[in-house]
Amino acid sequence: MQITIKLFAMLKNGRFDSAQRECPDNTTIQDILNGLAIPVSEAAIIFVNGRHANPEDDLHHADTVSIFPPIGGG
Amino acid sequence: MDKILRIDMGADGGPKITETPLGDYAGLGGRAMTTTVVSREVPPLCHPLSAENKLVIAPGLLSGTIAAMSGRLSVGCKSPLTGGIKESNSGGQAAQVLARLGYAAIILEGKPKTDDIYKILIDKNGVKIVIDNSLKMLPNYDLVTKIRSEFGDKIACMSIGPAGEMMMNIASIACTDMELRPTRHAGRGGVGAVMGSKRVKAIVLDDSGMPMRTPKDPVKFKAANKVFTEGLLKHPVTGQALPAYGTNVLTNILNEAGGYPTNNFKEGRFAGAAKISGEAQAELEVKRGGLATHGCHRGCVIRCSGIYNDKDGHFLSKQPEYETVWSHGGHCGIDDLDSIAMLDFLDDNYGVDTIEMGVTIGVAMDAGLAKFGDAEAAINLVKEVGKGSPLGRILGSGAGVTGRVYGVERVPVVKNQAMPAYDPRAVKGIGVTYATSTMGADHTAGYCIATNILKVGGFVDPLKPEGQIELSRNLQIATAAIDSTGMCLFIAFAILDQPETFQALLDLLNSFYGLSLTGDSVVELGKKVLSTERDFNTRAGFTAMHDRLPRYFSTEPVAPHNVTFGVKDEDLDKVFAW
Ligand code: SF4
Repeated sequence: MQITIKLFAMLKNGRFDSAQRECPDNTTIQDILNGLAIPVSEAAIIFVNGRHANPEDDLHHADTVSIFPPIGGG
Repeated sequence: MDKILRIDMGADGGPKITETPLGDYAGLGGRAMTTTVVSREVPPLCHPLSAENKLVIAPGLLSGTIAAMSGRLSVGCKSPLTGGIKESNSGGQAAQVLARLGYAAIILEGKPKTDDIYKILIDKNGVKIVIDNSLKMLPNYDLVTKIRSEFGDKIACMSIGPAGEMMMNIASIACTDMELRPTRHAGRGGVGAVMGSKRVKAIVLDDSGMPMRTPKDPVKFKAANKVFTEGLLKHPVTGQALPAYGTNVLTNILNEAGGYPTNNFKEGRFAGAAKISGEAQAELEVKRGGLATHGCHRGCVIRCSGIYNDKDGHFLSKQPEYETVWSHGGHCGIDDLDSIAMLDFLDDNYGVDTIEMGVTIGVAMDAGLAKFGDAEAAINLVKEVGKGSPLGRILGSGAGVTGRVYGVERVPVVKNQAMPAYDPRAVKGIGVTYATSTMGADHTAGYCIATNILKVGGFVDPLKPEGQIELSRNLQIATAAIDSTGMCLFIAFAILDQPETFQALLDLLNSFYGLSLTGDSVVELGKKVLSTERDFNTRAGFTAMHDRLPRYFSTEPVAPHNVTFGVKDEDLDKVFAW
């Protein structure tokens, strides 16, 4: 299945802004994080298709995963 | 900070200065001070631009001390924009300097009978008030240059631009930053118009020769400040993200969350978001020799601001905040950072609230006055405001009036104040705050984004109504208390997550004043401030019906999640039922 991964703020340093990946079925967000060497503590906010998600959640074909470090503003 | 300065601008024979001890107002700072004074002394039914309204300027309880982050200023009055009570908060140097000069509040009262305009100088020798008509209609940057040539560099200046002099509903009060630029504004609610109605153009503050304020227990105070500062530097939001990218780091995340209001709240995602994001902005600032990390006042250790240079490397504006980038950016369909920075500069220079100005332009675009995405047209509209042309006067009255004049059906205001940069349908907690805040639509009043989107202080799903009332209530209470300390609200990210940093804040207050405040006392203070504000608004004619979002947020879903607001009216009425 195909997954779009988007990285933001410090997480994109040395990695990428946005990438498409072919992943086996049953891939979880944690698998994606592992593949990118992003510790869970740095992936503070994760969206799948614009909804908050957790590392253990499964991904599905055509999902967009957006990963942010801890950030704030206002 | 043991006295109050009252200036009756309308006294016979010219402005009359009175200095009084704190009396009943002892122990109050920041928003608690401005709210209490306005509530007791201003008739709620008065016209906001009349002699009966008062402009109250108050540093926080810890302003003027060595405590980190303590330099925020509260400005209160009856708001010409909302018709309710207002506390508008600003960074810059004014709070620190005013506190060191010993004033817990300046209260401007009355109204002169002539058209002369005044400047007020406050230094260690006292207060001087002078007519200076050479300052008439000067924009803020030119004004500060002139003031600087007269008084030197060791001052802080509060001023109004042409918008304030014209008493526009969206006029701000500018406060100079560490470089003496008029970049920090008490923006919301038209406080600048009230200053304009008193014909005060500038307040020049000089604390030369005044010592730092000294705590009751200096040893404990110093120790608490160390723990407090360490806590701020340790938290990833206040220690890393805010310094690196500024508040505009929020553009991408709100866009991803589908809560980024686009083209006057028509959609929740903006195709040009990445181009105007905090990441892009910080990179550009550094490349052009500006700064991506900069504090708005001495003593700020988070330093969320920056310096934005133009393509030739010359100063254009301070780093526009997230709200500003949004209001002039995605809200107007504009995806060009240089145009947004120019709009930020113009807003600061004319002295208008960047949120209200940007939202108004988006409403004007909806009315067909310009096309969404047309940056040049947006710049020209803001220039009309600076000129005070009939069109500029309409726009300078804010989004609500502009919508009425041009027959726009969808106008994102509550209590006539424009909504900031979060769609209340996709981020329901902030919708509760917009609806119920005593201030009108105001994100800072109870920043549910923290818990709805950023997972700070826990997590409440932004797309479900459940839990939002309680979240907004608790944050509104906490904010009212923090706004009274003079601390920058961004400390909330650290104190919500780290109990020891919250304790350090209490220790700072306790060791400074010899108090024994607990977490409960902070909650009580917050509730008291809110109750006082609610009471004023009730007496000014506000009812439960004013605690509502415009109807279209309940009937028209917003993409991509296709949701409406969905929080029940009867639940909104429970926010203040404690
Ligand atoms: S964190 Fe930002 S807004 Fe707060 S005091 Fe520092 S520079 Fe000003």
